[in-house]
Amino acid sequence: MNTPLKSVQRQNNPYKDEKVIDSCSIFGMMDQNKKLFAGNDIIEASASMNQRANGLGSGYAVYGLYPKYWNNYAFHIMYDDKEALDWGSKFIESNFDVIFDEEIPMDIHGIHKHVPIMRRYFTNIDLDNLDEIKEDEYLVNKCLEMNTSGKGAYVFSSGKNMGVFKGVGWPQEIAKIFRLDEYKGYLWLSHSRFPTNSRAWWGGAHPFAHLESTVVHNGEISSYGTNRRFLEMKGYRCTFQTDTEIFALALDYLQRKHQLPVEIIAKIFAPPLWKDIEKMSGGERNLLRRLRITYDKLLMNGPFSIIFANHGLMVGLADRLKLRPIIAARRKDMLLLSSEEAAIIKILPDIDEVHHPKGGEPVIARCHEGFAS
Amino acid sequence: MLRSRRLPEYNVRIDTDTCTVCKACVIQCTFDVFSHMKAENKISIDESKCVDCHRCMIYCPDKSISIIPTPIQYRPNASWNKESIHNIMKQAESGGILLTSMGCDKPNYNYFDRLLINASQVTNPSIDPIREPMEVKTYLGRKPDKLTISDNNGDSIIETSESPQLLLETPIMFSAMSLGSVNINVQESLAMAAASSGTYQNIGEGGLHPRLKKYAKNLIVQVASGRYGVHKKYLDTGAAVEIKIGQGAKPGIGGHLPGEKITKEISEARRIPAGTDAISPAPQHDIYSIEDLSQLIHAIKETTEYSKPVIVKIAAVHNSAAIASGIARSGADIIAIDGMRASTGAAPLVMRDNVGIPIEMAIASVDTRLNQEGIRDKISIIAGGGIRSSSDAFKIIALGADACYISTVALIAMGCTVCQKCHTGKCPWGLTTMNPSISIRINPKMESKRVANLVRAWTLEIKDMLGGMGINSIESLRGNRHQLRGVGLSEQEMEILGVRPAGI
Repeated sequence: MNTPLKSVQRQNNPYKDEKVIDSCSIFGMMDQNKKLFAGNDIIEASASMNQRANGLGSGYAVYGLYPKYWNNYAFHIMYDDKEALDWGSKFIESNFDVIFDEEIPMDIHGIHKHVPIMRRYFTNIDLDNLDEIKEDEYLVNKCLEMNTSGKGAYVFSSGKNMGVFKGVGWPQEIAKIFRLDEYKGYLWLSHSRFPTNSRAWWGGAHPFAHLESTVVHNGEISSYGTNRRFLEMKGYRCTFQTDTEIFALALDYLQRKHQLPVEIIAKIFAPPLWKDIEKMSGGERNLLRRLRITYDKLLMNGPFSIIFANHGLMVGLADRLKLRPIIAARRKDMLLLSSEEAAIIKILPDIDEVHHPKGGEPVIARCHEGFAS
Repeated sequence: MLRSRRLPEYNVRIDTDTCTVCKACVIQCTFDVFSHMKAENKISIDESKCVDCHRCMIYCPDKSISIIPTPIQYRPNASWNKESIHNIMKQAESGGILLTSMGCDKPNYNYFDRLLINASQVTNPSIDPIREPMEVKTYLGRKPDKLTISDNNGDSIIETSESPQLLLETPIMFSAMSLGSVNINVQESLAMAAASSGTYQNIGEGGLHPRLKKYAKNLIVQVASGRYGVHKKYLDTGAAVEIKIGQGAKPGIGGHLPGEKITKEISEARRIPAGTDAISPAPQHDIYSIEDLSQLIHAIKETTEYSKPVIVKIAAVHNSAAIASGIARSGADIIAIDGMRASTGAAPLVMRDNVGIPIEMAIASVDTRLNQEGIRDKISIIAGGGIRSSSDAFKIIALGADACYISTVALIAMGCTVCQKCHTGKCPWGLTTMNPSISIRINPKMESKRVANLVRAWTLEIKDMLGGMGINSIESLRGNRHQLRGVGLSEQEMEILGVRPAGI
């Protein structure tokens, strides 16, 4: 059966537990007009939830931050050492058309821990390389190849005009290290974790990115064994052994491969109870019935709240029994999702509305069509 | 038959101080152990006929009867023990195949007792099974690769067609017991229990008795090698059709109904002569290859107008995984796998105890193989063969099954004490006998309640275990090997089962 390659496992899951288990905080902010804004608010909001974390991992996803290279695949890659850097750069150069690359600007003044080498590459895919494979498949395969190579190179994100910054540290620390105050984006996600069985490893923090989609997650999936087995049957490899990875891969499968809309995906992850389905009207009842029968192995059982994002889209969802919190809020065209309402109030005291979604009820935020950033 | 030189297996004693000579034992015992001596007004005992079924002890109003295994032993010898010696003697007397019934009674082939179940704590809460909804509803059948959904003015329309499904309110079904192996009172009891529990009864290969017709939507009809009673109306009656390739108790050979059990009623139902053993053919004579099976499946689907799922039942043998892969690609909707510890109404002793593999191993390897080939969702899996409790059922689902088949359990619920004499046709409980004066001991109205109680109790226990594990829907248990741990298993066994040892 598919087993993850040793180098990632050794780092991320040194006790060889079945999977990594964390406690977390999550936060997301999106401007519906795609107006770019700085990250200071989200950094403050994330930092205000520090009792949910222990400083061993935080991260951010930013959309819209590379207007100059908006149409290039932006690789954020972490390297264990110089050898890995050399190998990785060669790998990227031989598989992609590199327009520009550089060290990711960092501020390590006053930081007393080891900070890995982080580099970013803005690339195109040479269409001649593709044969029959589509660009998406090509990108996924190459990222997987790098992550499972054992060479000490790990792709954090690879999508266009978006990027993931993450590592071992508190939210404020990671923000300082990556100089996040210098970026502007129209959609930001943040995450901070409290791992119980994963040692401090930069690659183990969240968000987890797959193509242009990112996920942050708080919770633990009891159905992990069932979900993972199904996704592996469909050809995915679970290299990072986290529940978050399962969400990212399941989202890829349902959105990209099956083209299912977000509303339907929410009903696959967190379907209503059979007894409630029975009371619904014919069409809806049949739809939910068939979804539960066909996608039974992607029902996410156990407590979770997740925020997932893609260009122009941010979605919050909690499990059927609402065993983890998630709150939604709006202030004019800014939409927010958070583990704690207090974190929202801290940065935007004058919000227009607040919503506490029920378990299984997705909160879907979409950017307005036709608005340029 | 040459004269038996074996000592009786059991010593039967009546305490004459308490015995009131009510003759209940004489009436209840179907093996002719007791008879009434009129002149002395005493009960006389023929110990050699006793099978230790306990019927007399339970019905004796004065609790006067005691039965103990004979204290006379052969000299201790691990190889040449009593069983080996007696089997040889019986064969010397008869010159025939030794028959037996029920399931393999030998130790060392059980894996359930070496598997343990997880529970959630701290990092992940358990879910209260009494106060929160726990979903065990199960659909069996083929699943599509994906659902194509289009939007029609805000309404979602599903374009993908649906294969026929079986809906179970609980993942426990009644496995095949043919009319002939058991009598119609047993079959009707099971049908009533299946109907009230929201599950299904497989009526086995003996044809469909008219009294069962009203339970049609809870019946699965079987097409086995004898093809007893198989015609279009028969196929149209049940909720599903099961092609029986093999059964776990005797892989490789067909059903066996001893001549003693073929009454006029059975003879008419099966259209066979009364009084001679009815031994179904070993293979089905139109299935000599996987492509033949595919043709039969399609013939059945054509006949039933594609309205019912088709199940293929195989015995668990060495290459079950490869066979299952073939079946999944042959057009079947569901595969039923019957392990070596499964019960039977009659089988050669050597086959019952030596042929086949345990269901735990079979399900683990079939589920793994179908996953590796990317076809696990093409087919649902039912597992049977020695499932004794709700924890066994739970574990077999975690190993990869979608539902389980039980038979012995249902019989025990109705009184069976597993004396392994079904093949004689003398079942004192009235279960596996065709003698109407004994089969009357089973009253479907009462016995179906016991079976339904059993299903209810197991369903509650399964819900308890699910909740304890932090799961509230049985979907999330299917194939979830992560929730099992092994104790006392070799490394290779753990690899095949896909479980880690307890502690890791």
